[in-house]
Amino acid sequence: MTGTGGALGAPAERREGRQKVTGGARYAAEHPLPGRAHAWPVPAGVARGRVTAVHTRAAQDMPGVLAVLTHDNAPRIAEPDDPTLAVLQSPDVPHRGWPVALVVARTLEEARAAAGAVHVEYAAEEHDVHLTAGHPEAYEPEKANGGFPARREWGDPDAALASAPVAVDVSYQVPPLHNHPMEPHTSTAHGDGDRLVVHTSSQGGTTVRAVLAALFEHPEDRITVVADHVGGGFGSKGTPRPDVVLAVMAARATGRPVTVALPRRHMPSVVGHRAPTLHRLRLAAGTDGRLTGLTHEIVTHTSRIKEFVEQAAVPARVMYATPASRTVHRAVRLDVPSPSWMRAPGESPGMYALESAMDELAGALGMDPVELRVRNEPDREPDSGKPFSSRHLTECLREGARRFGWDGRDPRPRTRTEGPLLLGTGVAAATYPVLVGPSTAEARALPDGSFVVRVNATDIGTGARTVLAQVAADALGVPLERVRSEIGDSDLPSAPLAGGSSGTASWGWSVHRACTALAERLAARTGPLPEEGVTAHADTAGLADADSPYARHAFGAHFAEVAVDPVTGEVRVRRMLGVFAAGRILNARTARSQFIGGMTMGLGMALTEGSTMDAAFGDFTEADLASYHVPAHADVPAIEAHWIDEEDTHLNPMGSKGIGEIGNVGSAAAIGNAVHHATGVRYRELPLTPDKVLAGLARPVTSGRGG
Amino acid sequence: MAGHPDKGGATHDDSARATGHRSEVTLTVNGTPHTLLLDHRRVLLDVLREDLDLTGSKKGCDHGQCGACTVLVDGRRVNGCLLLAVTLDGSEVVTVEGLADGTGEPHPLQKAFLDRDAFQCGYCTPGQICSAVGMLAEAAAGHPSHVTDPAAPSGRPVRLDAAEIRERLSGNLCRCGAYPHIVEAVEDVI
Repeated sequence: MTGTGGALGAPAERREGRQKVTGGARYAAEHPLPGRAHAWPVPAGVARGRVTAVHTRAAQDMPGVLAVLTHDNAPRIAEPDDPTLAVLQSPDVPHRGWPVALVVARTLEEARAAAGAVHVEYAAEEHDVHLTAGHPEAYEPEKANGGFPARREWGDPDAALASAPVAVDVSYQVPPLHNHPMEPHTSTAHGDGDRLVVHTSSQGGTTVRAVLAALFEHPEDRITVVADHVGGGFGSKGTPRPDVVLAVMAARATGRPVTVALPRRHMPSVVGHRAPTLHRLRLAAGTDGRLTGLTHEIVTHTSRIKEFVEQAAVPARVMYATPASRTVHRAVRLDVPSPSWMRAPGESPGMYALESAMDELAGALGMDPVELRVRNEPDREPDSGKPFSSRHLTECLREGARRFGWDGRDPRPRTRTEGPLLLGTGVAAATYPVLVGPSTAEARALPDGSFVVRVNATDIGTGARTVLAQVAADALGVPLERVRSEIGDSDLPSAPLAGGSSGTASWGWSVHRACTALAERLAARTGPLPEEGVTAHADTAGLADADSPYARHAFGAHFAEVAVDPVTGEVRVRRMLGVFAAGRILNARTARSQFIGGMTMGLGMALTEGSTMDAAFGDFTEADLASYHVPAHADVPAIEAHWIDEEDTHLNPMGSKGIGEIGNVGSAAAIGNAVHHATGVRYRELPLTPDKVLAGLARPVTSGRGG
Repeated sequence: MAGHPDKGGATHDDSARATGHRSEVTLTVNGTPHTLLLDHRRVLLDVLREDLDLTGSKKGCDHGQCGACTVLVDGRRVNGCLLLAVTLDGSEVVTVEGLADGTGEPHPLQKAFLDRDAFQCGYCTPGQICSAVGMLAEAAAGHPSHVTDPAAPSGRPVRLDAAEIRERLSGNLCRCGAYPHIVEAVEDVI
């Protein structure tokens, strides 16, 4: 590695921090433009059918209304690759909540009132939004999300299960979950001469620009997409969502700047969600705890217009050594909103199920759940046979156990109490793949001794500005204070999205390369720098996306302690502790925040968050933040995140793995396992709300196989 | 911004006045008085964001469910999205932009949020900070919370431990999960 070192890994403060705490950081709706109008979508009121008439006269006559766009009069767009963006192009209604009209007015109040005055008639058809494991239309897709084969199989798991001395055969359910970033999906679009300028709440502006160019047949070099500050995304802003398409349509139709900020209740239907997953897991083991067979089969839903299959059985291909394995994904096309990415798609629900089943197996074996995991450590990635570039799961488990005080735990369930409360502790493992993509970047040395790195990275809360400056400072061998970073604008060198925990690796690699080239250029010259400075560019195409001979994943271990009130059924998490092995940690301060944030989302998945498709109306019943319970302050106890120093030379020049998602993976299982330890009851359907907990406590306690 | 004909929320445009759904309202925001002709449907949050260009107060849900719009009205924390501005004539409003002292030094809580990395995306942050400012005043005035010891003397300042802080800030959601650091930041200033 080039440079003096020292900046990377340091707990550098966020560069936009002061703006954020003083209210100066502006998000997508907050750029004042003369004559800026507001738009309010009208969501479809049926789950399946066609729009037969949109009566807009009353709305058009209301004060302040500038336009009412419907499929009859909205600007035509080219057919998008992502069918969820083909809004106001046809009368077809693929699911409830699909936008069927858009009202543009001078003010928010006028737009909202007029949207309520738009009357839509439909020819409704019978709909089906109910996912069942045995749904007659379930099919096995070719691929699951991420390009993974839907099915992988080796050995004979059925024979292993039939002959195993110890086995578990269990089913788990994870409901639909909503990303709900605090900033709703928002876009402000305006024409500036022949330029189209868009401020949007997105995880990746380069993609937004490309998609808008294709849809509106507008040259890319005349589109600027700005995403200066983004109020969270968690996957739901990974690619453009309908808000940005609607904003551009409205700006074109009215000749004004227009902001579309999706109302919170509209979001679950149009921004994607984590699809529900129904899991069946079978684990076979010898009495020594070594796995002899494993099957993980999941059924999930997708929409009529888009195939998205949550790759929940994929982590079972990575985690444990077994001579026989079958992992299968099946999907059902239903009249539901299109699912999409939510923090750790695949790993999050998949590891909930796998790590819960491992806990059940430990119980059936009478073995400590930490030891069971250690015993099943593979030498190579089980599915591919590739060696791991680095794998320190055992170290994470051991270090976590030490810090948490796991040793001396009485493994028997329902043995610890505190007054009326039942106490328990649980453990689970975590994994997340190392993803990285090609990026470009520019580095410039200026005559005043300062440096600028420019890359269209996006800061969705990760601290991208800060960590990229750290990467640059070390590569240049200069103090961090002398490096400025410019991100969040599509006029900057193009870059991939902040997603798949790949942002820092992808952007950082190109920044590192540009800075290394710049340092060489500076070393080769003498005399003062020219006024415009000296610049170096980098493009990591062919490098960052090259095949690796290694299986590359981050790993971690979660520990949780819960208290269960047997009278109210309430589960309270008392403490959570995570230890992660994720390569080199580039900023100790912001990394800790990300790990803790992921664990907090896992707490929500375990205890509070759950959405349901209303069978009669065909929409999400829990559509807002009053009914969909994102964890609040009082739900979240002391959470500790730690990491072990991991050196891995097979990753990128920084030696880093992604950290944005792994905190979320396995944390729900650790809590669920702690609830079992506290109560002696195995709950297999998330979230563990009081109604379910009480119903479980009312059943006779069983233990051992299937618990 | 007030008076711009296209800023329909607050306008002196005659046609708007003629609708009969507007009233003149005076609000003092961060020490500056503003007299605005307001659509009766306009909530305080939209007055701040749309009419006064004070966009530090955030709109997360528009329904009083997330707390991102928390500001102080006459010293008490409120959800700006739930208050019709027309009902607030004569009120003193303080937003996140108005917490710094006269010299521009950030409020101690703002500094503590920086020190503790008590945010990530930053969208809930102004609401968290305003809520914490209001909450500290409530505790100092002796307001009990759900977790306050019932035997605690009435009307006396409440000592804020982590449980009290968590309980009292539970109206402010943070999807990035910065809660543990927010609690530490508040503990730093008490």
